[in-house]
Amino acid sequence: MRTRWIWTLLAGMLAASAATAATGPHANERYVLISHAADSDVWWNTVKNAIKQAGADFSVQVDYRNPPNGDLADMARLVEQAAARNYDGVAFDIADVDVLAKPAMRVTAKRIPLITINSGTQQQSEQLGAIMHIGQPEYEAGKAAGERAKAAGITSFVCVNHNAANAAAFQRCKGFADAIGVDARSSMIDTGVDPTVVENKVSAYLRNHPRTQAILALGPNSADPSLQALQRMGLAGKIYFVTFDLSSAVIDGIRKGVINFAIDQQPYLQGYMAIAALAIAHEDNTRDPAAIIAKLKANPAFQSRLKEYGLQPVYTNHGVSSGPAFVTRENVDTVAKYAGQYR
Amino acid sequence: MSSTTPHLPLTTSKDKPAMPSRAMQTDERVRRISPWRSFIGRPEFGSIAGTVLVFVLFGIFAGDSGMFNLDGVMNWAQVAAYLGIIAVGACLLMIAGEFDLSIGSMIGFAGMMMAVPSMFMGWPMWASVLFAFAGCMGLGWLNGYLVVRTRLPSFIVTLAFMFILRGLTLVLSTYFSNSTIVSGVGDKVGSDPLVSTLFQGSALHGLFAWLAQASIIAKLPNGNPIVAGIPKVLLWWLLMAAAAGFVLSRTRFGNWIFTVGGDAVAAQNVGVPVRRVKISLFVFTAFCACLFGVLQVADVGSAAADRGLQKEFEAIIAAVIGGALLTGGYGSVVGACFGALIFGVVQIGISYTSFDSDWYRVFLGAMLLLAVLFNHYVRLHATRSK
Repeated sequence: MRTRWIWTLLAGMLAASAATAATGPHANERYVLISHAADSDVWWNTVKNAIKQAGADFSVQVDYRNPPNGDLADMARLVEQAAARNYDGVAFDIADVDVLAKPAMRVTAKRIPLITINSGTQQQSEQLGAIMHIGQPEYEAGKAAGERAKAAGITSFVCVNHNAANAAAFQRCKGFADAIGVDARSSMIDTGVDPTVVENKVSAYLRNHPRTQAILALGPNSADPSLQALQRMGLAGKIYFVTFDLSSAVIDGIRKGVINFAIDQQPYLQGYMAIAALAIAHEDNTRDPAAIIAKLKANPAFQSRLKEYGLQPVYTNHGVSSGPAFVTRENVDTVAKYAGQYR
Repeated sequence: MSSTTPHLPLTTSKDKPAMPSRAMQTDERVRRISPWRSFIGRPEFGSIAGTVLVFVLFGIFAGDSGMFNLDGVMNWAQVAAYLGIIAVGACLLMIAGEFDLSIGSMIGFAGMMMAVPSMFMGWPMWASVLFAFAGCMGLGWLNGYLVVRTRLPSFIVTLAFMFILRGLTLVLSTYFSNSTIVSGVGDKVGSDPLVSTLFQGSALHGLFAWLAQASIIAKLPNGNPIVAGIPKVLLWWLLMAAAAGFVLSRTRFGNWIFTVGGDAVAAQNVGVPVRRVKISLFVFTAFCACLFGVLQVADVGSAAADRGLQKEFEAIIAAVIGGALLTGGYGSVVGACFGALIFGVVQIGISYTSFDSDWYRVFLGAMLLLAVLFNHYVRLHATRSK
């Protein structure tokens, strides 16, 4: 009979949905985190794991939603959908403020607490009506790294920029340059993302400017080939090397001592703190970031997660940032242990 | 709305086998069919049944989640409407026996053709939109011309354009804006009265405000209605579906579409302008893709290189769910619209349930399979049991 196996399929779906259905004391409290990233994007896996743990710690239901192909127009629909579903709180990353402004208005018009994470600025976050923004302020991160370098006696550097069209990337360079007191524009090379080109441009620059004391790579796309260039030129370990974000090559480089430190924006915190802050905002019926952060800081579950994964949030005057945190030889083992899952 | 006997113009009474003699009728070729029987024999019947099934399933799993509140309905209806617009084009083309795999890339390219002249060359918005439509329809014509001229499968020709247009979209975007996204188009659209009236935002604001005032629909905390109006994309979808449905079922051109898809050689022999029919359907499909692109750019406010990814498959899926045959010669516009509705409801509806998003594609696939199987079963059952 043709009917029988259709009904079997139907029954199977019923069973599958029953298995994943919500249970727990706060089962009617639901939060959602929406990202712009396609399914294949590995970076967001850490965020996904983080919101699951935040959901467990605060005993609330958490959904992760993303456009499967990474299409921002689809992300806008998902934000609207979150408003229609009347979540108790919504978090998303500001992938493009133009695309998300209208959908965000639907969320705030319903007085649903909103928190923005990851890319975007504090200013854009306020414009969207969010309670707070949890990300890494790029200029400040660059500056903090520059100050570390300055303390080590660095007075000149080259900034390897693989993403010159991106304003955030330039802010990273500028922060570093300002901290050590040089001009950012003249210390920056625009390399593009092709690893061979990056490597050749870096070695050409170092030959022309042999007195360069430090290299700042803006991410694994520029760090990995730059390391290769240093190794070929026999300069590995002799030049002060700093990079943003982590990759397995970066972690390995820190272990070997050829990379002095990496600047980590701690994606785990972007996911965890967003959901935790929304849960606190809902529970205490407050929109005051200071009150929310104070309560979050006092939460023992949060503190034990920080200790377990070696994470350090950066508390500031107007809120909290997930970074910068520095990965050095001292803490690289903890980071390596949880890389890709919680770090 | 659609013809149930597309081959009729090609067959003569001589070809028909004699009917069983139990029918006591004066003319054995004329048989009385009850309205119910003729309804369930239509190509769209299966997809209507599938839609009912999908609504029942989501009613069970997501009934209390806000999916069926007014703003929830507008949310998934919008997704279905976007898909419905291209499904209408893809459906007519499929009935005529051809495919267009460049629909998705055309959507991205249309958005870029609208964004680049207006943002970087100082064109007024209405001119850019006109340029986008003209450009897309020109490309559609080229697609159709190459197919009928070379007699290559449209699958291959349009596959080539799928890559070419996707690539050109990226080239245009990075050349002019140094990024894969061109922002700020929404404001430009908003300042052009003609384009914003046609493509941006929603309509019937007065009606919705009145409904909210009369407490028929819910209000936001600030007193505005929960939904400002009907998104224009929905109105466009209805318009396109009505126009295409009318042409297909009520005009000579509609009959030509069926004949061309049923048997192109026979159609040629009885004097149907096969080439003209096919080329104009490629142009129409491109028009639909462009309409999708323009509406989306006006709505989200930016054009990007990855817009419309895989939409060509979704359009074809919607047409197939709606009862169109992959081999051509059979199908209906109403069916394709219900197919789009199923797809839209399933796509967004999954977010209303408590499934882990990792399982999204699994459930999307399973739901579609279920809808198609149900559709198929219902149609078989309906046509077999006389």
